[in-house]
Amino acid sequence: MTQTSKIGLRAWLDAEVPNSRLHATAIQFYAGWLKLLANPLAFIGFLVIVLLVVCAAFAPLLAPHDPLTQDLGARLLPPGSDGYLLGSDELGRDIYSRIIYGSRITLLIVVLVAVTAPVFGLVVGTFAGYMGGWIDEVLMRITDIFLAFPKLVLALAFVAALGAGIENAILAIAITAWPPYARIARAETLTMRNSDFIAAVQLQGAGTAHILVRHVWPLCLSSIIVRMTLDMAGIILTAAGLGFLGLGAQPPLPEWGAMISAGRKFILDQWWVATMPGLAIFIVSLGFNLLGDGLRDILDPKKSKS
Amino acid sequence: MTNVDQSTGTGRTLSASFFNRHLRTITGTAFSMAATLFGLLFVTFFIARVMPIDPVLGVVGDRASQEVYDAAYKQLGLDRPLYIQFFYYIRDVVTGNFGTASLTARPVLEDIARVFPATLELATIATIIGVILGIPAGVIAAVNEGRWQDQLLRFLGLFGYSMPIFWIGLVGLLVFYGNLGWVGGPGRLDIYYVDIIPSVTGMILIDSLLAGDMTIFWNAVSHIILPSSILGYYSMAYISRMTRSFMLEQLGQEYITTARVKGLSEAKVIWKHALGNVMIPLITVIVLSYANLLEGSVLTEVIFAWPGLGNYITNALLSADMNAVLGGTVVVGIVFVGLNLLSDILYRIVDPRAR
Repeated sequence: MTQTSKIGLRAWLDAEVPNSRLHATAIQFYAGWLKLLANPLAFIGFLVIVLLVVCAAFAPLLAPHDPLTQDLGARLLPPGSDGYLLGSDELGRDIYSRIIYGSRITLLIVVLVAVTAPVFGLVVGTFAGYMGGWIDEVLMRITDIFLAFPKLVLALAFVAALGAGIENAILAIAITAWPPYARIARAETLTMRNSDFIAAVQLQGAGTAHILVRHVWPLCLSSIIVRMTLDMAGIILTAAGLGFLGLGAQPPLPEWGAMISAGRKFILDQWWVATMPGLAIFIVSLGFNLLGDGLRDILDPKKSKS
Repeated sequence: MTNVDQSTGTGRTLSASFFNRHLRTITGTAFSMAATLFGLLFVTFFIARVMPIDPVLGVVGDRASQEVYDAAYKQLGLDRPLYIQFFYYIRDVVTGNFGTASLTARPVLEDIARVFPATLELATIATIIGVILGIPAGVIAAVNEGRWQDQLLRFLGLFGYSMPIFWIGLVGLLVFYGNLGWVGGPGRLDIYYVDIIPSVTGMILIDSLLAGDMTIFWNAVSHIILPSSILGYYSMAYISRMTRSFMLEQLGQEYITTARVKGLSEAKVIWKHALGNVMIPLITVIVLSYANLLEGSVLTEVIFAWPGLGNYITNALLSADMNAVLGGTVVVGIVFVGLNLLSDILYRIVDPRAR
């Protein structure tokens, strides 16, 4: 694929009939990519997330200062000061550098929640939908119970029990975030449970686990991904909220919510200390929301209409 | 709505089977609510058991002798099997005994009764703002689907969903209180007005009106307006989004065409006929958004030093006062589940098709 010329590559991606499974996936991705390019807002969202990943990956190169080193001679400098693009905080740390390093924590939260809650929801939902009967009844009842809880308060209680800290905050968020995925996955499974292709695999002697993993999960993925992207903004906001309350990431970690909390004391005189990390949170969650909104149109055209 | 949508309802008589059916759905709803509450208590009990804080030390302090410790251990029922403890826990919650808050040295339930009106007041004003702005905005967006009004509303919604509420609260304080001086600062009243009027309902806006003290009333308004507007913005984003999609559904129906063909004015078609039918599902949405605000006010209350339930739970958390945390969680959960049930019942009462 890398050896093909530009034009050859495009022709390969535009092909009407795929030659292989890989080719089919590539064509699908390319079509989705073109739709993404056609939707400017979604593309902006995509760029924001790419930016987040770049910041996290190349933090040491992008940040002019160490995020933890204090310099009491350079306390609370306003934005635009020499060497301090976004100003400095109460301990003389460069806010710009701290925001850049903070992207690593945000990305960590996003990735960890994204690999736990949706996967757990997917397992529960597809299993319940596929098995039916009392298993479905019991699992969905439990899902409903979790769905009916007030999320933030429950997350707070979990963090209180487990102890404040970034890992426990992530765990608490994941525990409160999985039920919607279980509902979506179950609904998707119900629509395909009695279809011919599942019957065909059953006749070939495939077991439940095999059918779920190889044949049901892949078809649930697009709805789950859309929901996940739209959820990410909320997850980032909750994590920042926990950090702000002092229950998430602990100082001196440059977590954005905790940075706002520290800057709160100076809000009237040194507004930038609390405002800058808030802007970072806003931009990243807006990015996820824009991308999620666009992905819903791309992956799920029937639902985007209403 | 009255003369177009009756086709489904005509000819129905209130028969015995109808009441039977009604009763069964209510029992079903009540059962699922009981199961949810049971689950809630199970989770809070589980949290209380896995937490690394020793509940005995909270009672006797960390310098107690072994005998005192053991006695307290027994008294708290910790020597019994877990399911017995869980049974006692449920009994305590049902009788309203959440234990004593170590932070205030008062019964948790008493504390919650004291702080809850402040949260209720805030959430109510915010919901009113959300409804007054959200419903017209949603209608306008639906009528102008795809045009700039629609895009603007969608963008406002996306902005709202992306903004950290505690941050916008801080920025709001900075701009409107710090720089412009248009609104009151944190807290429910200026400090020299606190505790002057007698507390009847616990909601200062109502209490000051009851006492006839307009100075305090307007002071309270200047304090509540910013936090409730911020919460109301989120509520508006949600309500307008739902109004929009409900309206689009209605505007495509045939009775709308009929009404237009009959020569009704466009305003009447939209604001009376279509919106009238939208109000039914909207009630559910409004009640749910109210429930969300009760919970979502936690961060806002912290920012605005609002002495409500969210602030209480947060303070309890930070001082590891587990009785207060779990009591608060259970109360919020019960209110949350109760409002869910209420929205369900309201829906059944208002919508003839759901009966």
